[in-house]
Amino acid sequence: MKTFVYVDHFKGEIQPASWEAIGLGKTLGSVSAVVFGSSVDAVAKAAFEYGADEVFVADDPALEDFRAEPYASTLSALASAQTPDLILFPISARTRELAAMSAVDLNTGVLTDIFALEVVDGALVATRPIYEGKVLEKAVCSAKPVMASIRPRFFPKPPRDANRSGTPIKVEVKGEALTTVEGYSASESAVNLGDAPVIVSGGRGVSNNPSLVPPAGMDEKQAEIWRAQQGFALLGELAAVLGGAVGASRAAVDGGYIPYSHQVGQTGKVVTPDLYIACGISGAIQHLVGMRNSKVVVAINKDPDAPIFTQARYGVVGDLFQIVPALTAEFKKRLGK
Amino acid sequence: MKIIACIKQVPDSEAKVRAEGGQVTWGDAPLVINPFDEYAVEGALQQKEAHGGTVTALCIGPESAKEALKHALAMGADEAVLVSGSALNEIDSVGAARVLAAAIQKIGGADMVVFGRQTLDNGSGLTTAQTARVLGWPLLGLAGQIKVQDGSVTIERVIEEGRVTVSAKMPVVLSVVQSIGEPRYPSFMGIRKASKANIPVWSLADLGMSAPAPVVKRIELMNPPVNETKIEMITGETPEEIAKTLVDKIIAEKVL
Ligand SMILES: Cc1cc2nc3c(=O)[nH]c(=O)nc-3n(C[C@H](O)[C@H](O)[C@H](O)COP(=O)(O)OP(=O)(O)OC[C@H]3O[C@@H](n4cnc5c(N)ncnc54)[C@H](O)[C@@H]3O)c2cc1C
Ligand SMILES: Nc1ncnc2c1ncn2[C@@H]1O[C@H](COP(=O)(O)O)[C@@H](O)[C@H]1O
Repeated sequence: MKTFVYVDHFKGEIQPASWEAIGLGKTLGSVSAVVFGSSVDAVAKAAFEYGADEVFVADDPALEDFRAEPYASTLSALASAQTPDLILFPISARTRELAAMSAVDLNTGVLTDIFALEVVDGALVATRPIYEGKVLEKAVCSAKPVMASIRPRFFPKPPRDANRSGTPIKVEVKGEALTTVEGYSASESAVNLGDAPVIVSGGRGVSNNPSLVPPAGMDEKQAEIWRAQQGFALLGELAAVLGGAVGASRAAVDGGYIPYSHQVGQTGKVVTPDLYIACGISGAIQHLVGMRNSKVVVAINKDPDAPIFTQARYGVVGDLFQIVPALTAEFKKRLGK
Repeated sequence: MKIIACIKQVPDSEAKVRAEGGQVTWGDAPLVINPFDEYAVEGALQQKEAHGGTVTALCIGPESAKEALKHALAMGADEAVLVSGSALNEIDSVGAARVLAAAIQKIGGADMVVFGRQTLDNGSGLTTAQTARVLGWPLLGLAGQIKVQDGSVTIERVIEEGRVTVSAKMPVVLSVVQSIGEPRYPSFMGIRKASKANIPVWSLADLGMSAPAPVVKRIELMNPPVNETKIEMITGETPEEIAKTLVDKIIAEKVL
């Protein structure tokens, strides 16, 4: 089987699930990596090192910023010429649009968010969540190429071999840009929850430390946000010791405690870390659908009846402002940090 | 300004959805407007308020999906159109995009078509970009803010890495995210108006097209493996003692 893997990057920062896709493709046959952008030599080089048999590169100032239309036209033209059986994408805001448009061009379809792929009687069968993961489906794409986007952290990442190299094959840019990118501002605290092995999440409870005295002159709302930020700082320390990221419930995001990019759940991110520590989160269904496939869930909540405990492996009924710092100190000691 | 909001009807997010006998069931849980599409209607109404014009809600679905369209009308949409037919039950997202594109043309085009981020049921998040591709219109995806000036639309695109400012000439296809603002509640007057509304139902024949053959097909439905893990409550005299026990347990799980 001939597989294309689209290597997704943002300003040269590569989505690690791109390599997981190369690993998956290699279990099925040959893998050609596809790299688009401007000045992307380093990305192409890394693709060889992670095991790509060949690398197609469209390196052009016109591709400096991701814009769905020319990216899709370029990919569609390349796929028409090279006729891969399968095109794999790591899930991202960009690849969702890119795969969607190319599927229209190529008269095929996209299997999104897959976490398993098997060959059954010569056909590729993908497993993917529907209804927010409450139900799973096995689905096929009856046209060629089959297009599929993979969930991060479900397929093993191949080892990087710095001795592997090759000469990229040049690809011409096709299609016209219909949009103009005028600017970019990095999020205040960039997070990649999808790839994080450990997530420490906070909810509305993170603002609930009455013993903290906010600076003078704050109104009630400002004081609440200030308290929550002290709380999230504690969660951040724990996450740092564990090499993880900070997540949040929607109540925390809506409360203005932390930016939306940290939100876990139905309208935020679906995450599957090895360890998920929920602090001051009640466990509403819209939150649970975002984290319930984590390997080990720990819940810290004052309320023994909080539904989050139904999903947790370990539970602590208590005040997060006491438990979280104690956990951080203990992990520091035990992990030798 | 002529604005269309594309909405779907789905089981309520609180519903206990299960696979049973090869079918998806959700008991007697209500069907509602896809929550992400409430933001689409909200975004459309904000633009109408800022620049004048009309908002038309558009849905592909069974007759019962009129209820979702009525919700959009009650929120303040001016008109609603349902595209319905048994051949539409099996369509995939490319098929939905082709039908939506045809319906948008039959409505008489638009300056702006607003979508939600994804549906709760299928959840592919593909239809928006695919509709833009079929129409040949620019895609402005994941807008947290929308500004219209001199025939151009500029959005703040909210992605993991931050916010990107992107613009395009109308007509455009947009999808919106939560930061657009909480969807307004239907007003009393809106609900009255919606209950009396006569919603036209178009068939594929009305759109002059035959049923798009699905390429993506479901071959099996499953319930996720039940979470067998039993919870273990960690107790202790002091936070330090609790932390010690919990850290022991977590280290023994070998997940770090
Ligand atoms: C369409 C839709 C989409 C949604 N999408 C999402 C989503 O993506 N993500 C999401 O999270 N939610 C989502 N929600 C919201 C969801 O329904 C809940 O409202 C939300 O998850 C509640 O957040 P919370 O648990 O932080 O707050 P609460 O429910 O208020 O819980 C706070 C918890 O903190 C505990 N607590 C308080 N003080 C302390 C303390 N000092 N120490 C320890 N514990 C303490 C309390 O006992 C309580 O259990 C969505 C809702 C809808 C309708
Ligand atoms: N049947 C439908 N009728 C109208 N709009 C739809 C339909 N299906 C999807 N959409 C729109 O396309 C968006 C993305 O849907 P999806 O690709 O299914 O995740 C939704 O948020 C809606 O705005």
